[in-house]
Amino acid sequence: MIGDTAVRQGAGAQMGQQERTGPFGRALLRVAERRSEVIGVTADLAKYTDMLAFRQRYPDRFVDVGMAEQNLVSVASGLEMAGYVPVATTFAVFLTRRAFDFAAMQIALHDANVTLVGGLAGICSTFGPTHQGIDDLAHMRALPGMTVIDPCDPIEMEQATEFAIDHEGPVYLRQLLGKEPAVLDPSTHRFELGKATLLRDGSDAAIVASSIMVKHAIDAAEALAEDGLSVAVLKVSTLKPFDAEAVHALAARVGWIVTAENHSVIGGLFSAVSEAIVSVGMPIHVRPVGLNDEFGSFGTLDHNKRVHGLTTDRIVDTARDLARVSAS
Amino acid sequence: MDTHDEAPSISELSAHAWNIRRHVVAMAAGKGEGYVGQGLQAADILAVLFGAVLNWSLDRSDDSASDRFILSTGHYSIALWAAHAEFGLLDLDELRTYGADGSDIAMSTERGRQPHVELTGGSLGHGLGVAAGLAYGRRLRGDRGRVFNYMSDGELQEGSTWESAMFAADASLSNVINIVDVNRTQADGPLVLEVEPVAEKFRAFGWWAEDVNGNDVGQLVEKFAECAEVDRPKALVCQTQIGFGVPLIVDRERSHFVRVDPNEWAAVSAQLEEE
Repeated sequence: MIGDTAVRQGAGAQMGQQERTGPFGRALLRVAERRSEVIGVTADLAKYTDMLAFRQRYPDRFVDVGMAEQNLVSVASGLEMAGYVPVATTFAVFLTRRAFDFAAMQIALHDANVTLVGGLAGICSTFGPTHQGIDDLAHMRALPGMTVIDPCDPIEMEQATEFAIDHEGPVYLRQLLGKEPAVLDPSTHRFELGKATLLRDGSDAAIVASSIMVKHAIDAAEALAEDGLSVAVLKVSTLKPFDAEAVHALAARVGWIVTAENHSVIGGLFSAVSEAIVSVGMPIHVRPVGLNDEFGSFGTLDHNKRVHGLTTDRIVDTARDLARVSAS
Repeated sequence: MDTHDEAPSISELSAHAWNIRRHVVAMAAGKGEGYVGQGLQAADILAVLFGAVLNWSLDRSDDSASDRFILSTGHYSIALWAAHAEFGLLDLDELRTYGADGSDIAMSTERGRQPHVELTGGSLGHGLGVAAGLAYGRRLRGDRGRVFNYMSDGELQEGSTWESAMFAADASLSNVINIVDVNRTQADGPLVLEVEPVAEKFRAFGWWAEDVNGNDVGQLVEKFAECAEVDRPKALVCQTQIGFGVPLIVDRERSHFVRVDPNEWAAVSAQLEEE
């Protein structure tokens, strides 16, 4: 039923429907197996947020509230009051735009042990501005007490999902589709909350990257090496609590920093890095690659990347520009 | 029931209601302002709930049989604090700090900060969904206890209320009892957007729903008993009069958030005692 061509190539695939259970769905099943109190809640998006396997295995612990995101979050809060550990999914745009007040007042304010999962991160949807979560991290970072996780590849998505559900307290977990190229080595990488990972060391400059831009950051660092520039790549998967120390350590030994994120440059990674650097008075340039105060567009991920400059080339160009500024 | 092995009489419940009104007036007089009109109007409903309907114990043990109470309209906290004091959950002395800086006896509710408060209710249209989720979870874990939500008529204007109403009916949450307090007043004055017919709306969503005089203790007792037998989510549409029991407050035009001159509080108290 979900392996046919129509699903692989049609709107289903564009909206994130998996051909088979993805990294999020696998991790959810694993946690649900060992913890009977884990309950899945969605707003008519089980199919598109990788919850079909959970629904099939645990029908009694699956709640579909229909297209009603405010109620999704309220019901999750109520289920938590009844002693369950809710995992609530919908698209990032609906969770953070439509249901924001509910996430703030019924989840964050009293540290409810609920995992809020936002699908279609950044420009990872062909469905245009209504479905592209380009400001979700800004919203969720601003909520007191909210943990905010933005995984970079399917390996980290799976690890972070298991972590998020087990973590006591409110978590916003940004969901990848699960078909992104792998960046991390599953045999060595272990997701750790609040810890940035240095994927590549360098002494001239650094790229601090998150989500699908981590892959581009690595490629950009390699391209810049050909220019004779030694460029470090720091992967950030936890926007909050933010690993300011890792950024400070990097900023102390490189000439400038480029941030690269699958999000608006307002309120996400660029903001977190800049806040960390400014707050200790480090004299270093930081320039962002991301959605430059604009919405995404209809069309494929590649099209969106090109149109909005979420590319390896844009990181390289930004870095070269900064190299010139620093040299002058 | 834990707290009332023998059903209290109507006159006993009425006495509780009038005591709640006295606490409300004392709190509002201390503060010099507040939701005194709503506190007065809600006294009968809360007296019946805490005195006769809710299965709860003073230690608020969260066992399978105990009922849970969610105050969706956090602005009515004045009435909640008064009822809590009347039924032994709060010291009467604590009511004196109502609305004061640093006091937990605040002008609205905040879960996790204030004693015995199950919901942060100041942002409206949140309670019914949380009640529905709690009721769903309680049914799943085999609890016999019910979940009561108390909302204002203004909250019927919030779309989220109807998301939750649709969900509760679809999930056949017969353990949800929704008290809708219809005082026909909101922040901008008399209802700026018509909400009636309220009961018909809930029935159309698949609920059992009936109107009741929310300032008539006898009727309230009767209707709560009647709806207990119904195998669907239930809405008790309580028609209330803002300021009930104090004509001076009833007559005040902008009674959503009453300001009473310092020299008028004695008259307010006197009117209350005349009723």
